Amino acid sequence: MTMSEGDLAVMELRFVRAAMLESQPPPAGMRGAVGWLRENLLSTPFNITLTILIGLLFAWIVPDLIRFLLIDAVWSGADRDACRELVQNRTVGACWPFVFERWPYFVYGSYPLSERWRVDVFFVMLAIGVVWMLWLHAPRRGLGAIYFFAVVPITAFILLTGWRAIGLEPVDTVLWGGILVTIVVAWVGIVVSLPLGILLALGRRSPMPAVRLFSITFIEFVRGVPLVTVLFMASVMLPLFVPEQYSPDKLLRALVGIALFASAYMAEVVRAGLQAIPKGQFEGAMAVGLGYSQMMRLIILPQALKITIPNIVNTYIGLFKDTTLVFIVGIFDFLHTVEVSRIDPKWASPVTSTTGYAVAAIFYLIFCYAMSRYARATEARLGLSDRR
Amino acid sequence: MSTDLPAGLPPVRVAFYNDPKVRSIAYQVALCVAVGFLIYEAASNAITNLERAHIASGFGFWHNTAGFDISQTLIEYSAQASTYGRAFWVGLLNTLLVAGLGVVFATILGFIIGIARLSKNWLVSKAATGYVETIRNIPLLLQLLFWYNAVLKTLPEMRDSYKIPGGIVLNNRGLFLPNPILGPGFYWVVIAFVAGIAASIVFYIWARKRQEQTGQQAPVFTTAFGLIIGLSILVLIAAGFPLSFGFPQAGRFNISGGMEVLPEFAALLFGLSIYTAAFIAEVVRAGILAVSRGQTEAAYSLGMRPQPTLRLIVVPQAMRVIIPPLTSQYLNLTKNSSLAVAIGYPDLVQVFTGTVLNQTGQAVEVVAITMAVYLTISLATSLLMNIYNSRIALVER
Amino acid sequence: MKKIIALAALAIVFTAQSASAQTTLKAVKDRGSLNCGSNGTLAGFGLPDAQGKWTGLDVDYCKALAAAVLGDPNKVKFVPLSAKDRFTALQSGEVDVLARNTTWTSSRDTSLGLNFVGVDYYDGQGFMVRKALKVNSALELNGASVCVQQGTTTELNLSDFFRAHNMQVKTVTFATANEAVKAYDAGRCDAYTTDASGLYAERLRLANADEHIVLPEVISKEPLGPAVRHGDDQWFDIAKWTLFALINAEELGMTQKNVDEMLKSANPDVKRFVGTEGNYGEQLGLAKDWAVQIVKAVGNYGEVFDRNVGATSPLKIDRGLNKLWNKGGIVYAPPVR
Repeated sequence: MTMSEGDLAVMELRFVRAAMLESQPPPAGMRGAVGWLRENLLSTPFNITLTILIGLLFAWIVPDLIRFLLIDAVWSGADRDACRELVQNRTVGACWPFVFERWPYFVYGSYPLSERWRVDVFFVMLAIGVVWMLWLHAPRRGLGAIYFFAVVPITAFILLTGWRAIGLEPVDTVLWGGILVTIVVAWVGIVVSLPLGILLALGRRSPMPAVRLFSITFIEFVRGVPLVTVLFMASVMLPLFVPEQYSPDKLLRALVGIALFASAYMAEVVRAGLQAIPKGQFEGAMAVGLGYSQMMRLIILPQALKITIPNIVNTYIGLFKDTTLVFIVGIFDFLHTVEVSRIDPKWASPVTSTTGYAVAAIFYLIFCYAMSRYARATEARLGLSDRR
Repeated sequence: MSTDLPAGLPPVRVAFYNDPKVRSIAYQVALCVAVGFLIYEAASNAITNLERAHIASGFGFWHNTAGFDISQTLIEYSAQASTYGRAFWVGLLNTLLVAGLGVVFATILGFIIGIARLSKNWLVSKAATGYVETIRNIPLLLQLLFWYNAVLKTLPEMRDSYKIPGGIVLNNRGLFLPNPILGPGFYWVVIAFVAGIAASIVFYIWARKRQEQTGQQAPVFTTAFGLIIGLSILVLIAAGFPLSFGFPQAGRFNISGGMEVLPEFAALLFGLSIYTAAFIAEVVRAGILAVSRGQTEAAYSLGMRPQPTLRLIVVPQAMRVIIPPLTSQYLNLTKNSSLAVAIGYPDLVQVFTGTVLNQTGQAVEVVAITMAVYLTISLATSLLMNIYNSRIALVER
Repeated sequence: MKKIIALAALAIVFTAQSASAQTTLKAVKDRGSLNCGSNGTLAGFGLPDAQGKWTGLDVDYCKALAAAVLGDPNKVKFVPLSAKDRFTALQSGEVDVLARNTTWTSSRDTSLGLNFVGVDYYDGQGFMVRKALKVNSALELNGASVCVQQGTTTELNLSDFFRAHNMQVKTVTFATANEAVKAYDAGRCDAYTTDASGLYAERLRLANADEHIVLPEVISKEPLGPAVRHGDDQWFDIAKWTLFALINAEELGMTQKNVDEMLKSANPDVKRFVGTEGNYGEQLGLAKDWAVQIVKAVGNYGEVFDRNVGATSPLKIDRGLNKLWNKGGIVYAPPVR
């Protein structure tokens, strides 16, 4: 078989690689730890400066923190002498024996010693409810909702306040305190503010002028004033506004104040969600003949609430931190029990207050961070389903 | 079924209680009656309760002599001559001062952190995340106490004050600056300053028009700087420098004379700015993420560098998403400034709802006034931000 | 859910007792417990301990009152009150008696609708300064910064004192004594001022208590005492005589330990006091042995003082003016007869 010269030339010019080359690793400077550093920390002079600055910041804060909380800390002792530099002749960090001795008070407040198991039961029940609700793969989550929103509140109310008929000695709310009160206040706020907030948000978008006016006035009024004054109103002025024989319980007053305050904020969060729903959804719902409540319940709210979950949780975080303000009206929440404890002359020392505050900061950090993580995870999960 | 209906029949009559209009009116009347009843009951109960308890009421205390001192007063105030009303204004101005400055600092810091969270530098973005997560999750009260003690611990005692050239003194009693004493010819400088601002505005409008027409940019910032500062300084020199300074003098216990920045003020401003900045950072991050990635890519493909892209393309669009929640954060900052009482800064709540309330015992009146004040501030801020928001809002067809 | 909350709320509302629809005495007896407004954050006067049990001088007064009225010192519900809401709480009937280190002043006695039952602690405002300042008198404090706690008469006294002596002062006002004292310790102020009782309590919190001295001047009269509402004279009398009983018991030499022996005493003063002679308890509307119940519950005034603020407490405050009138102090009670 003969080939023309032209054919040959074409064949020689044609070059197709039949066997692939082994892929080469990136140059040494671009991979491994070094590459990661170059890429992420040292890419530009500006970045290098930032890296160094932040490194210095950590070097400045972290060792001091560790020294105070762990290395220089006092771990055992009977009273203030253990935590005083003059007595110990050394630098004294956190005063942990103070926290150990006062811990039961931090948790239960003045709740009678013999009845404290009731508080423990309440904590456990609540923890089960929270896990059941939040853990996506938990079995029978529908049952969990009933448990969380119906069984726990009733049981908790009977358990904590007491009921003579079934042998539970009544415990006055004045005796409640510490983490118990913080959790109760936050929990009631969380449970009440969502439905109330939804109602207010719907009211604000309602076509009925009186309803709208009422909702707007309420929301703007409550959002416009500091929580401290709302609590103060609830605490000092509520007794003046009701006939004197119905003077409500002090804790209840604070609960009302907190719940109303949180509802106003929740209303705005929910309203933002409602606004994000396209008009077509409303029109579609009306076109298939749904009434107002059906439309909201079946079409609008499920979509609106879904996209607002992260913001709802953020509001809850704010609410949780705001519970610290109930001390203004003389209720012993967690922060206030820490306050009271550090006044105790038995433990009076220069580091007592700092230790108490450190404990409080860690406590709130753990709770709020957990909620914040949950919000982010939810955000990511929902984002995933919305992405096609 | 409906298709079977012969045309021309009158529409089906619904029972009147099913008429949406009737229902709507009924709901509203019920609501009004309920609210009105509650208010009436509360008011009448309050009156009987107050009478029964023999509590003094009314606002007569407003004109009584206050008799207590306040550590920071922006307007003239003295314990023996001033009234409770005057103390109220002192407290209110202090609140506005710390809130106003706090808003500025929190915004700057918040934008930096928010952008840093999206930085490509791993350490920077993680540090920013760590900052946000830590600061957001600890109650502000604790943070204020921390900052106050940090400020007091870092600064030296009176005797070992830092002396900065220019007559500035810094110690744990505060930062003392020379205060300007104005001479008789100083009003010329004020006039020059105002004229400078006016000229800058005119120049800005002209420069903008020219840019729209020709595309040429004018150095607006430099010119304005020269007009406002330079002109003032020129006039100051021409008028024979009618300005002298009062320098802080060390006394036996304290420094007197000069201007004083209290450590309480510094700590509160610091704490509020840092706390609010964490929230603003989240708002900013969300706003920037809301700007579609295509915008950035388009800007890059036009040859813009990352910095101008951020400044000219991303941030202006992000602002639309950022403004409403940013307003809420400003309001929160103002309201949170009421925690000043914990660290001894004389804000409205400390002076008025604290000391005045304690001395007069008229809780209802004092708390009502305080609430009214915060409400006014909030509504005014909302209004301003809403106007700004509607100006920058996306104009759709 | 909301229904449950509403039910719960209603339940609490209706279990909340009526305040003073009838006389306070009857209300307290019907309720079976005394509502006592107290401080909750002041060592020596009212503070919960590690078990959450309240201790303090004011707390013991309330226990004594409960013992006199109900025969049981533990039937007291302590309501923690802040300086801000204490008067409203008493006025609105939330508490039956206010024992919260409250200074007796004319305006409080009149325009706030309170009746002070007497003085359970004679206090006065003083100053604490660093020894290193070499200040020996408050009159040398011209131009000084003073840390002060908000809320009581303290700020006014401070201002008045310096004005009266033509001196300048820079006050730094804090919400709580703790923050004020911490700022003082950190060097923010040259002096810290509060009631003398507070100065001793707060001194314990300083890094080195020996570096600080309490100046001799007492710049104000601070008679601290329990108060009740206007308009119920019977209850006012009971509250008054509970305090007097504490003081009289000390004068008569009755203590928690020897009270049972004293029942057999032949001394007519003691006989009237313990109720073996006359019907002084009934005249008050109480049981015959009301005073015995008080002493059994908390001891006499001296014991109460020592236990909470005096020699046997961590505060170790000198009794000073609070000694009995026949021992150099000014504590004095009218006789039971």
